[in-house]
Amino acid sequence: MTGSVLDLIGAACQAREATAADAVDGVTTQVVASPASTEETSALLRACHEHGLAVVVRGHGTKLAWGTPPERVDVVLDTTRMDALVEHSRGDLIATAGAGMPLARLAAHLAEGGHQLVVDDLVAVDRPDGPGGSTLGGAVATNLSGPRRTWVGAMRDLVIGVRFVRPDGTVAKAGGKVVKNVAGYDLSKLLCGSYGSLAVITEVTVRLHPLPEADRWVGTSVEPDRLAAVLAEVVQSQEVPHAVEVRVRPGVRPAVVTLLSGTEAGATARAETLRDRLATLGCEARVHDVAPPWWGVLLHPGQRGGTPVPDGSRPVLLKATARLSGIPQLLEEVTAVQGTATGSAGSGVLYVTLPPGDEVHDHVQRLRSVSTRLGGSLVVLDAPPQTKPGLDSWGAVPGLELMRRVKQEFDPRRTLAPGRFVGGL
Amino acid sequence: MTSAGSRGSVTEVLADLRGVVPERQLLTDPSELDTYACDGLAAYRVRPALVVLADSADQVAATVTACARRGVPFVARGSGTGLSGGALPHAEGVLLVTSRLRTLHEVRPQDQRAVVDPGVINLQVSKAANPHGYYFAPDPSSQQICSIGGNVAENSGGAHCLKYGFTSNHVLSLDVVTPQGEQVTLGTEAPDAPGYDLVGAFVGSEGTLGVATRATVRLTRLPQEVRTVLAGFASTDQAGAATSAIIAAGIVPAAIEIMDALAIEAAEKAVSCGYPAGAGAVLVVELDGSALEVEHEYARVEQICREAGTFEFRMATDAAERAEIWKGRKSAFAAVGRISPDYIVQDGVVPRTALPEVLRRMGEISAERGVRVANVFHAGDGNLHPLVLFDASEEGATERAEEVSGMILDLCIEHGGSITGEHGVGADKARYMPRMFTDDDLDTMQLVRCAFDPEGLANPGKVYPTPRLCGERPRVVQGAHPLTADGVEVF
Repeated sequence: MTGSVLDLIGAACQAREATAADAVDGVTTQVVASPASTEETSALLRACHEHGLAVVVRGHGTKLAWGTPPERVDVVLDTTRMDALVEHSRGDLIATAGAGMPLARLAAHLAEGGHQLVVDDLVAVDRPDGPGGSTLGGAVATNLSGPRRTWVGAMRDLVIGVRFVRPDGTVAKAGGKVVKNVAGYDLSKLLCGSYGSLAVITEVTVRLHPLPEADRWVGTSVEPDRLAAVLAEVVQSQEVPHAVEVRVRPGVRPAVVTLLSGTEAGATARAETLRDRLATLGCEARVHDVAPPWWGVLLHPGQRGGTPVPDGSRPVLLKATARLSGIPQLLEEVTAVQGTATGSAGSGVLYVTLPPGDEVHDHVQRLRSVSTRLGGSLVVLDAPPQTKPGLDSWGAVPGLELMRRVKQEFDPRRTLAPGRFVGGL
Repeated sequence: MTSAGSRGSVTEVLADLRGVVPERQLLTDPSELDTYACDGLAAYRVRPALVVLADSADQVAATVTACARRGVPFVARGSGTGLSGGALPHAEGVLLVTSRLRTLHEVRPQDQRAVVDPGVINLQVSKAANPHGYYFAPDPSSQQICSIGGNVAENSGGAHCLKYGFTSNHVLSLDVVTPQGEQVTLGTEAPDAPGYDLVGAFVGSEGTLGVATRATVRLTRLPQEVRTVLAGFASTDQAGAATSAIIAAGIVPAAIEIMDALAIEAAEKAVSCGYPAGAGAVLVVELDGSALEVEHEYARVEQICREAGTFEFRMATDAAERAEIWKGRKSAFAAVGRISPDYIVQDGVVPRTALPEVLRRMGEISAERGVRVANVFHAGDGNLHPLVLFDASEEGATERAEEVSGMILDLCIEHGGSITGEHGVGADKARYMPRMFTDDDLDTMQLVRCAFDPEGLANPGKVYPTPRLCGERPRVVQGAHPLTADGVEVF
């Protein structure tokens, strides 16, 4: 059986038989194929399309379990051989790299020119054999973003061009390598956050920002009933906060930490000004030159910042959003169900983990209805295998019928990640 | 539903709308129709068959539904300030004007959001938000008259998008009427709505995916400090070198603009902006943010400009002086009318590092062809607005100007840039799209078109030179999975 899938994809690219470790959220696959180029990706997809094989794209696999488990998988398309830095044009503040480029390695390349891609890798991990964490393609496919989205937006706001392969093997691009460009539809945005369900991204061009000279964090812990006032003060500050993060845990006072980046003197002075403003609200804050250990990473229950994920840990992980003024209320609800939340109070996006238990389903429903009422949404990113099937991962999706039609146009045979995305697309 | 091949009649649409849209909002008189024959690009004129002045989302939906039922094309139009003929009417179609939908529903500074109708004027959003300490960041030069609906359709930018991004970075949610007449809400007022980013696809689709009837937009905090500087240089090369040095110093100004000698001459004649006498180029740099950081950046910018050879360096210290500096820049397009009877406003983009080479080549082309080109550009992001000057009464002058204009776009493409940075493709540049994109690229973009508008009725003929016929589906494999020859269902 396995031999036959390998036969069907033929000489398209390097491929091997899959192992149990290659399963996608519990769904086993036959083959792992690793194209080294856009052309090989095209040949591979043509073969899969022709033979009705289902394909799931994988970078480092750090977010592969996010979303609904796919209905079936025949081929895992591993992008990690497409990991070249194609261009870093320092004078233009743009860079192009293969989808398999690890964000951590890209960051190191860019830093040589004094630049950065302002995306916080929420799943960053150090591995002895090289950079772990997200790849560039994975960051685009999940529209990854962390604390500093308050400053420059999410991945969708930083991608200026994509090269990709359609499920039938057609190679196409959208956008380009200039930031300002309105020629044609902005397919980069359509592919951002599409979870590999429309096309296989092979190359990405991003907009860069200069690395700041200094970062300062202003941290404080507040009584829950003061949280709304503190957040309003910080979020509306004219000191240009680059991130406003909040963290609540059962039995611990909420923490609010604000990042101010800039020149050495400027960032320090702005941080001190903000600290003094908070003091007038009766809130004792301190200025730090390092981030707290939970900054910009999704921590598992029991995990401390900077330590590896506990073996086999797979909590109920939610992304819950709300209008800015609704964040305190959403946090209150998270606390009420004994959840932990960390996220951007500056942009209205929280990552929530819930303790396991019989009530998870009800808690998700409750938080979802609160998020929706507050102008946002709730997505179950991940959950333990025994819990996930009972949860509605995506909830009600505005515009779902149009999305169905988009999927139908791009992938009528449902070659890519069938069933993984909203509405079972 | 009628197929795109056999268009229905506007008379039927009109009959459908009677009783739904008040008579006075349905224009059929030729002289009234003529006032809508063009947008900001007056070189193209088409008299529409019917103009509908909608004043509610339901009227927009009724109009689009009637068009869909009768197979009649429609073109949406806001204030009509676009410069690419995006709102150019269709001779056998309906022009759907949204400028009467101008309710500014909400300004919520605590959420950094405003909810507005499509006919609301761009600047009004900022004016409503200013008292709360906020503004709407996208600021096209036409912001006193252009509408949010038009900004959404064109993904409008402006001088300050270097730092703050374009319309697409500032729209969270849209109520739209799809080309099939459905009223749908895309996105949520919070970021990261689940599903495909259809707001991202819709913004900048130039009216080919439907009509926006309401937008929830992001408001940006007013900066603590703004400093605008004006530096006179002997040449655009020097001004360009200063720009590169500013970027290399890790500074992201809110705006960096350059005007060349010819553009300065025109602006002086039109608005007496008092730019440095004898300048071969002026550089306008605006810095904003926290007072401390702006102070630091200002010192660096001054040092860089002096090293690059500026002979006059001024700083605006208040809003009036700032407006004075911007006056020349913002009036530049219209001002060119003072030095030339006719002109083409071009809009191309090159990587910033290619600016010196592209400007030099443009100078050569201008000299070779004997066609004057004035240059105004957003230097920070390489967005050029060459103004190609000509006198249409001269034999062959129009053709020569158009040729030069096209050669400039080719230069942009050659250097890895774009045929449009902010004015859109519209009717004007559809024919250039194949120079920038392959057939497969264009075909892929139009898959989205087919999902929204399978009949091709929304703003047909714009953006894409060759419409894709929708509905040609590859045969869907319905049989058993190839690896389950025994017929076990795996779907």
